[in-house]
Amino acid sequence: MKTYPLQKYLRKGTLPHFYCAGCGAGQVLNYFVRAADELELDFDKLVGIGGVGCTARIPVFLDVEALHGIHGRTLPWATGIKLHTPELKVVIFAGDGDAASIGGNHFIHACRRNLDVTMIVVNNLTFGMTGGQVAPTTPKFMVSTTTPYGNYEQPFDLCKVAIAAGATFVSRWNTSRATQAIRAIKKALQHRGFSLVEMICQCPTQFGRSALNTGDPLKLLNWIDECSVTMEEASKLPERELAKKFVLGNFVEKQEPVFEGSSVYRNMEDM
Amino acid sequence: MSKENKRVLTGIHFMLGNYAAVEGALAAGCDFFAGYPITPANEVSERMAERMPEVGGKFLQGEDELCSIYAVTGASLAGAKAMTATASAGYDYMQEGIEYAVAGEIPCVILDVQRCRGENFATQADVMQVRWGAAGDHEMIVLAPASVQELFDHTIRAFNLAEKYRTPVVVLSETTIALMREKLVIPEPEAIEIVKRKRPDQLPGEFVPFKAGPDGIPPLPRFGDGYRILHSINPHDEWGGIQWDPDVFEKMVDRILNKVTKHRDDIVRTQGFFLDDAKIVLIAYGSESRPALGAVREARANGIKTGLLKLETVWPVPDKEIKAVAEQADTVLAVEMNVGRYAYEIERLCCGAARVVRVMKNRGLVHTTKEVYKAIEEVL
Repeated sequence: MKTYPLQKYLRKGTLPHFYCAGCGAGQVLNYFVRAADELELDFDKLVGIGGVGCTARIPVFLDVEALHGIHGRTLPWATGIKLHTPELKVVIFAGDGDAASIGGNHFIHACRRNLDVTMIVVNNLTFGMTGGQVAPTTPKFMVSTTTPYGNYEQPFDLCKVAIAAGATFVSRWNTSRATQAIRAIKKALQHRGFSLVEMICQCPTQFGRSALNTGDPLKLLNWIDECSVTMEEASKLPERELAKKFVLGNFVEKQEPVFEGSSVYRNMEDM
Repeated sequence: MSKENKRVLTGIHFMLGNYAAVEGALAAGCDFFAGYPITPANEVSERMAERMPEVGGKFLQGEDELCSIYAVTGASLAGAKAMTATASAGYDYMQEGIEYAVAGEIPCVILDVQRCRGENFATQADVMQVRWGAAGDHEMIVLAPASVQELFDHTIRAFNLAEKYRTPVVVLSETTIALMREKLVIPEPEAIEIVKRKRPDQLPGEFVPFKAGPDGIPPLPRFGDGYRILHSINPHDEWGGIQWDPDVFEKMVDRILNKVTKHRDDIVRTQGFFLDDAKIVLIAYGSESRPALGAVREARANGIKTGLLKLETVWPVPDKEIKAVAEQADTVLAVEMNVGRYAYEIERLCCGAARVVRVMKNRGLVHTTKEVYKAIEEVL
């Protein structure tokens, strides 16, 4: 029997994973361990952080130092860990609920500070684990279990928020673009500063059934792919059309000083 | 001056209470502080911001209290001795992180400077909040200093208890002592007892992270030591694996609670004044123990057999000590600066043994000695 070649990176006894059939969170886990494998990351010095929700379980499956179980507070944890022990590599796996809703304030400030961590946001456009409620990322007019007549709130574009707040690596892909996603995760892990990789991800069980009247993962993947455009394609689209699209690409990659604490001895003349 | 020399400011000082708590923390080895601005705890952050870089520690001004408490727990798991400070309304937000620190068994210290709702007047209104203000079954260790010196001493003890029992410890301060300047004696570093958390003897792979010996306290390695532990608030087995099993859940909660309840005698500290033959016993904690002691002294001078039981640990409740005074006294006075919160505990423990009279003051001001003395006269 063939075993998964990257199983050595997974915590013993955690498989099979608990995701629904066709969920994209398992794909993101797969992409991450591929990226980590190619970079030969030292898992003894790796801290994986998850909040609450489906995505938050990803670090539970990784054989790393892991934190799990509090909704939205992944980045505060990371801030404490990273300030105290900067040599640790910290990777956060957050759903869109964790990152954009309950943890939104922490997200903005981690970007602003250029906290030296990697955040992988698995954006399935809904609150999956709790039953498919509307999220700050749910596209306009879509039906969810708490917007039975359609969502009339303007959704967040997390990458735009991150760029505006000062993140120094910002990237978005979807689960069907494995090569680009793995490459982006690798770049993010190598980046010094706040790196965000947003993955648009299918949730057939909740988002699919409510918003698209289908629980078929393939149909959902196709829908996401059809809604996705590259940065180049996006530049040719009128704004009204663009509002319905997921723009994919590596938007920002720059070097800025990283956060070392709110009170640090520095020679002011060097600033 | 070396970093270590700067840690303990040995000598005699005339110091602000909030500063004394900072110096206590530094003397205890604190090397991470995170806090969010709130009056009357601001001087803690301000002094920490100055002092942390001097001793090689890290200071964070969080974007809110939630950031602060979680940064503290994160830093602690990375190996820091970590602390935050807040005041009543700020503690509201931190309850969420305290729940995690209890369930995740993460040592840390929270300084709560109680203030009146919306104003910075003195109060003891949150003595129940610090006991019960977190979801899920939990025990809390809460120390109640009554002076600037005790803010220093109790903060050190709070770190020691947190490290020993792998649990958050609250130092319950008040506007009165936080913003008061008094004499503070800081001893030589060698004279200060420092407790450090147990680290595992076994190698990664052999170490079972949530398995404890008879004391119920599992050793705690640092992140990066290679143990690759999963720290989840969800019910977890001894290996840290998330398990939806009633037996696993029950066993885990029992062990975590028993760390405090079974070591109650080590944790609880009280001080008795003139208790030997006292027929009227005052019970007070924090700054209220000061006018209470003054009134007891005055009553003694007038031949009234009174005494004071001062509670240095308010949680776990000093049940044996309170029951003991109830046995000997006719009347117990529950002296408090609120509408009567801790009085419920005192009434419960004295029930059937002694009459309990509440001596309350809830107008942003500490009792005067005269007021407490009058209360003693009224029960004669």
